[in-house]
Amino acid sequence: MSKCSHSHTQGQTHELIIKDLEVAYRKNTVLEGINLHAYCGTSLALVGPNGAGKSTLLKAIAGLVKQRKGDITWSGENNVRTRGGEFAYLPQHEEVNWDFPITVRGVVEMGRYSQLGPWRRFTKKDDLAVERALALMEMDGELANRQISELSGGQKQRAFIARAVAQEAHVLLLDEPFTGLDRDHTANLTRLLRKLAQENSLVIASHHDVNTLADIFDEVMLLNKRVVACGECQSILSEENLDLTFSNMANV
Amino acid sequence: MSELLEILDMPFFRRALVAAALIGFTNGFVSGFVLLRRSSLTLSALCHTMLPGIVIVVLITGALTQAGAFMGALLAALIVGLGSVAITRNTRLPQSTALAIFFTTAFALGVLLLQYVHTSQNLEEWLFGSILSVSDADLKVFFAIACFTLLSATLFMRPLLLTLFEPNVAAVQGVGVRWMNYLLYALMIFALMASFQAVGPILSIGLLVVPGAIVSLFTNHTRWLFWGGGVVGCVSAILAVIISIPLNIPTGPAIVLVLGTLFILAYFCSPNYSPFKKSQTN
Repeated sequence: MSKCSHSHTQGQTHELIIKDLEVAYRKNTVLEGINLHAYCGTSLALVGPNGAGKSTLLKAIAGLVKQRKGDITWSGENNVRTRGGEFAYLPQHEEVNWDFPITVRGVVEMGRYSQLGPWRRFTKKDDLAVERALALMEMDGELANRQISELSGGQKQRAFIARAVAQEAHVLLLDEPFTGLDRDHTANLTRLLRKLAQENSLVIASHHDVNTLADIFDEVMLLNKRVVACGECQSILSEENLDLTFSNMANV
Repeated sequence: MSELLEILDMPFFRRALVAAALIGFTNGFVSGFVLLRRSSLTLSALCHTMLPGIVIVVLITGALTQAGAFMGALLAALIVGLGSVAITRNTRLPQSTALAIFFTTAFALGVLLLQYVHTSQNLEEWLFGSILSVSDADLKVFFAIACFTLLSATLFMRPLLLTLFEPNVAAVQGVGVRWMNYLLYALMIFALMASFQAVGPILSIGLLVVPGAIVSLFTNHTRWLFWGGGVVGCVSAILAVIISIPLNIPTGPAIVLVLGTLFILAYFCSPNYSPFKKSQTN
């Protein structure tokens, strides 16, 4: 299948390589023949119809689902355990325990646990990372001390993105990060994702709005169980490719 | 009054107080995890599993000893608890369903076997607790359980909270989610084992649920659930033991009744949830 490779500046050691990935839930094949070669300093959108396997691909990269075939390596390592804090993951809302008695700041502080491990105390550096993440998502001030159960959908989303940002991970795996955000916060998150990529993170996010794709992301992977096309946004986003991705024909 | 003081001086009563403090604290502490894990019903199932555990041990050994009953209940709860975890991981069945299958089967087996037990032995005491008859050896067991709970919960508090909040994110952050779930199970089962002596297997779920629920009405901070729950459990159990003597009521039900009463009071006094407060602001 198609191969996604980027001609980025040489000498960057952080690269994510997916080779011939296949994932199945029971007997249902959800993803097959997935290849990807991505470096730190890029943002990549996963685009495709419902059930195309976007969330599953993110989970596979995060090491949350078993792969039937293929190989995912990060910096030459394919052991998920050693990645620790290098990956941050934004789940979809329904998987979170919203009854948890915890404030927004508490949620964002949890992001630091992967750096600190079970025992080390919060240092000034950790507090700064938390404050910075809260400010970036405009969740500072009064909102930071609010219970998560008292937040609106968009605010919950922002709190969780702030948690991922506070983790200061190399790779951000975001499942529909723009869900529930109003206009201003969509613009804000767009700027943030651009900034993170510029600061040498690798951002991979599932996204459903084809019109805003090129404004937010450098690259796009059109996905429908297999990779339909993958590369820089301008060259990939043709009518033909989109038809191929979103028509049922691609499933055959 | 002097009668009460006399009783207070008796060794069996002092042992009962120490036991109540240890058991109440351990269960109250763990009740925070029970609440966050939303597993009250799960534990209720495990409590019922202890009946067949005890009955089978009695049938095998021919006698109802403390150690035997402890082991039987522990084994039964472990088999059902871990068995349901294994089933859940390997099928699409939700854990509540897997557990319901296991525990009803086990409980049915227990009821069926009950008729082969010679009833001359005091089974009722084992089903509803007898904190007034704890021995020094029992106290050592309770102390060990309390130490294990505090130590492991303190050491692994962060990964435990990450797991309880969102297991997928926790796993990506490098937490061994599966081990944390096993640890949570172990904590709950050990807490049950301790309260088993005080209030018996059927009522023990009260000690393991109510303290954390009471504290949660007053706090927005996760950690308070554990320490606050520990204090509430400890004080309630001691209080129940003290009032059960002059009133001449069984201590097991007394402990659960004290907790239940406290919960109702807490509900009406809670700054966030009280129905009175709401009607004032409206």
